[in-house]
Amino acid sequence: MMRKLKDDVLLCLIYLAAFLAEFLLIGILAYVFVRGFPHISWHFLTTVTSILEGTVGIAGNIVNTIYMVVLTLAIAVPVGIGSAIYLNEYARPGKVVRLIEFTTQTLSGIPSIIFGLFGMVFFGVTLGLGYSILTGALTLSLMVLPLITRNTQEALKAVPESYRNGAVGMGAGKWYMIRTILLPSAMPGIVTGIILAVGRILGESAALLFTAGSGYFLPRSFGGWFHKLVESGGTLTIQLYLSMEKAQYDTAFGIAVVLLGMVLCLNLVTRVMVSRFEMPKYTDAGGR
Amino acid sequence: MSQNKISTDKLNLYYGDNHILKDITIGIRAKAVTALIGPSGCGKSTFLKSLNRMNDLIDGVRIEGTVYLDGKDIYGPQVDVTRLRKRVGMVFQQPNPFPMSIYDNIAYGPKVHGVKSKERLDEIVEQSLRQAAVWEEVENQLRKPALGLSGGQKQRLCIARALAVEPEVLLMDEPTSALDPASTLKVEELINRLKRKYTIIIVTHNMQQAVRVSDDTAFFLLGEMVECGTTDRLFARPTDRRTKEYITGKFG
Ligand SMILES: Nc1ncnc2c1ncn2[C@@H]1O[C@H](COP(=O)(O)OP(=O)(O)OP(=O)(O)O)[C@@H](O)[C@H]1O
Ligand SMILES: [Mg+2]
Repeated sequence: MMRKLKDDVLLCLIYLAAFLAEFLLIGILAYVFVRGFPHISWHFLTTVTSILEGTVGIAGNIVNTIYMVVLTLAIAVPVGIGSAIYLNEYARPGKVVRLIEFTTQTLSGIPSIIFGLFGMVFFGVTLGLGYSILTGALTLSLMVLPLITRNTQEALKAVPESYRNGAVGMGAGKWYMIRTILLPSAMPGIVTGIILAVGRILGESAALLFTAGSGYFLPRSFGGWFHKLVESGGTLTIQLYLSMEKAQYDTAFGIAVVLLGMVLCLNLVTRVMVSRFEMPKYTDAGGR
Repeated sequence: MSQNKISTDKLNLYYGDNHILKDITIGIRAKAVTALIGPSGCGKSTFLKSLNRMNDLIDGVRIEGTVYLDGKDIYGPQVDVTRLRKRVGMVFQQPNPFPMSIYDNIAYGPKVHGVKSKERLDEIVEQSLRQAAVWEEVENQLRKPALGLSGGQKQRLCIARALAVEPEVLLMDEPTSALDPASTLKVEELINRLKRKYTIIIVTHNMQQAVRVSDDTAFFLLGEMVECGTTDRLFARPTDRRTKEYITGKFG
């Protein structure tokens, strides 16, 4: 009887904890949404802030964010997947590989402001790229590289050895086997890594403030869209940070809603993509 | 020796310091089934893999002696390993279809070797599946994932996949050990039909299976080839005491 009571009490506590956690999360989301949504307008989304006219707009920041995500991925994804393939399939297992793996893991735990410091000094000053989207993207590439490499590597490790033997036993060359068997089987893991990377890029402020800066203008000419790469450009998160600093809370909440929307979309897209790639999982494909 | 498809001459293989295959000299008759028997760990799989150079993939393997395929040394400097593996195909103990459709599984090998035309691939897929006696069971689901098939169907699919590149030799490493009796029977029937066209080497732990499917048998023990000969003779009148003890189940 006592035991039953104890179980019940414990169960109640667990429910309470779960409820609290859920409630807090939903509460925060709801609060941000309620505060921010009224400030989102077509004008807010499609123009840039004008001091002369006294209007506020984040179009430039949206464009900067897209540039930052695309450019960072364009650098980090090939390098990350490439190094994962090298480490897993070509390098001889041993001390060096373990050292690299260890470094990669450590790298993913470094505070992002340190990447910002390095990026500013190395890409910005030494390489002379200054405050620019390019400097920011290079910095962020370093930051998200471990995410992509590690997820790809884990996914490659999970591909059964029997697939490799099957392909090679049929005369497939190593690279052909990697392209046709390994990479497709590892795709869900790779996509997961990329999505995590996008999440970090969207949310990053410390590493970008002193590398990509806070420019918020839209290009005025066709060439400007290319020139943008070497101009300063603040992402939505940077703009959010700056708005908070200036106590412009309405704008801040407006941006927050846009960011949340992006993250939500991202998650939906991921799910669809991963489920597309996912092959039915039957266990008897043979061990390693 | 001229009717031998494969022969080895003093083949020695080492994994690091371990001497795994010791002075193996054997001739494998063309268009016949040769069974390799012997206790676990005696080197049957290792020997099989040395016939299409699958051991090349493993670090620290050293090979001495020669393996001839149609009289040519397969470890020679001019040998194209891709060509070799096309001629000498392999079926593994665990059915290992790729995580793709049945069709793509069969078409994989031909594509590796440069077949591009859709009609030709369609043809090969049907032909191979028919040869491996699974066509009737899968003809309406060629686009479905191969991983959804039963164990026995998977293994016959893997045999079809190996046949799709038109090999001359088929190496089978315990192809039925993961299968139920009914599927095993089907695969054995299949082997009996395939030997008209292919040279087959099969590793098995099952003496009855060796008797049922093979023309010749070779008995391995601790890395040595103790005895080989026609299956009828070897099982009826083994010349070596160790062979006799093994086939009568004294050890193993
Ligand atoms: N990759 C490897 N590295 C080192 N040693 C190996 C490797 N593969 C096999 N061996 C060793 O080689 C010997 C022969 O192994 P092999 O797999 O050829 O035996 P087998 O006759 O096929 O056995 P089974 O009937 O259990 O399949 C064993 O002693 C094994 O430990
Ligand atoms: Mg074996």
